Amino acid sequence: MNILLITIVTLVYLIITAFFGYLGWRHTKDATDFLLAGRKTHPFVMAVSYGSTFISTSAIIGFGGAAAVFGMGVLWLTFLNIAVGIFIAFVLFGKRTRKMGHNLDAHTFPELIGKRYNSKLLQGASGLMIFVAMPLYAGSVIIGGAQFIAQTLSISYEVALFFFVAVVAVYVIMGGLKGVLYTDAFQGVIMFIGMIILLVSTYYMLGGVIDGHQSLTNLAPEAVKVWGKAGHAGWTAMPETGSVFWWQLISTIVLGVGIGVLAQPQLAVRFMTVKSDRELNRGVLVGGVFILMMTGVAFVVGALSNVYFFNHPDFGKISILAADKKVDNIIPLFINTAMPGWFTALFMVTMLAAAMSTLSAQFHTMGSAFGRDFLEQGINIKTRSTILTTKVSMGIAIILSTFLAYFLPRFFEQGSAIIAIGTAIFFGFCAATFLPLYFGGLFFRGITKPGALAGFFSGLVTASFWIMFIHAKESVPLGLCKALFGVPSLAGASSLRFVDPIVIALPVSVIVTLLVSLVTKSPDSEHLERCFSGLR
Amino acid sequence: MLGLEGFGVFLAYIMSIVAGIACVVYGLKNWNIPPAAEVDSEINEEIEWEKNDPENEERD
Repeated sequence: MNILLITIVTLVYLIITAFFGYLGWRHTKDATDFLLAGRKTHPFVMAVSYGSTFISTSAIIGFGGAAAVFGMGVLWLTFLNIAVGIFIAFVLFGKRTRKMGHNLDAHTFPELIGKRYNSKLLQGASGLMIFVAMPLYAGSVIIGGAQFIAQTLSISYEVALFFFVAVVAVYVIMGGLKGVLYTDAFQGVIMFIGMIILLVSTYYMLGGVIDGHQSLTNLAPEAVKVWGKAGHAGWTAMPETGSVFWWQLISTIVLGVGIGVLAQPQLAVRFMTVKSDRELNRGVLVGGVFILMMTGVAFVVGALSNVYFFNHPDFGKISILAADKKVDNIIPLFINTAMPGWFTALFMVTMLAAAMSTLSAQFHTMGSAFGRDFLEQGINIKTRSTILTTKVSMGIAIILSTFLAYFLPRFFEQGSAIIAIGTAIFFGFCAATFLPLYFGGLFFRGITKPGALAGFFSGLVTASFWIMFIHAKESVPLGLCKALFGVPSLAGASSLRFVDPIVIALPVSVIVTLLVSLVTKSPDSEHLERCFSGLR
Repeated sequence: MLGLEGFGVFLAYIMSIVAGIACVVYGLKNWNIPPAAEVDSEINEEIEWEKNDPENEERD
């Protein structure tokens, strides 16, 4: 690979990013200024900046790699990403979150639910939960970026990790979440162009849309040879219902991530910084197309990479074997071998853009979750400066996430889709703990403080228990179940060991929230009036 | 079915595109909703909210 070309393109990209960051900073002296300037901002800029925060290297490299294993059934996740992650999130959750956040003067997600239920305990506990669990997701995003750099530059993963985190950390510490509208939008445009080129050239390489799909269909016996016993039925068919592959695809990948997106703290905060409902309506248009082009393309290309590698004289085998059983290496390997050098350079920048926009939002969320929500509000430690506390917490979050990005690839068994699993665990936790009380809090007056607290903790305990003792994908490498009970999973040989925590923990949390709310005293009407002011 | 073997996969492929198109239609239909006057009052509310942010460096 032409190192000089990649270096030049990356440097140009970083300089343009810095320039946009500078423009944003110079034109906006303070937050009020930023918003007033924002009045004139083109809706395209607003919406693309959302999209680039949603989509990261995790979606493109991690889940794209998962599509090379599971096949195009992963596209159900694209459908949910658009229908739930954009449409329902913007239209139903977004508008109410914005209004209630303003009514309660809440500035973070834990603060919103804490104030809605009048509970510092809930605010502190959710802040701590975010700070402890989100590094898993941020770590997964980092793995995606580092993996691509390692593959492209033929350097070790550890060196790539260091380089990648260094660039992202400088960006995050200098920029932060606010005032980076143009940078985000610029990154979104790069991502969009990169993915369009990838889609068109992949289909072109394989003889067109239908011929490409047909070649993949014809390759089904190869998939059955490797994973047939686990229920794989080829890359263009759904796995056998009830099989290991089916449970992993449906419960972990599609439901876990597809539903969990609704209760993502770093995205919910985004709704509160939207100027008006009109921006949310417009955002649906751009967001829907953007997500389709990001995850849709990554999943289709991931699955089709099997045809490319199988027909390639140097490989002659399916993607997972071509990439030495490293799922997260499939997309980087495909880009590096199938696409021209200039595209690899562009894609490198695409991945940097995807990771930077998402990681900056994640690190900011973790910083405020620990500094403000847990320390200051939850356990009442008064710090000298909120801003400084948040920044120090952000630094700790970056170190934790980097440590996980270093450690996770050694933790799971060979052949695991580590990025997809890491992301799905976090999304599952968010769904089980936050979704019932967040949804209930936005739409219903009858959900009580004890109900919300009981729902949060029951979801947290159930999901943690399931991960440690039932779900074999995590309980086996964790080893706690084996040490305590002498078996790798308490589910024994039953299919339960393949069922994702979200399938159990979310219903438990919903039921507990409802039952406890029914038997406890409803909140006082004055408080409810304040929460729901201006909301029907 | 576009060269795709299973109906479930074909449906996922089509539904993803349909969902994307539905978003475009919704966005176009609601492009100017709510009207400008309401948007202005929402922006003013947003500015007040921003001023109260504990991380707003301008705040006393």
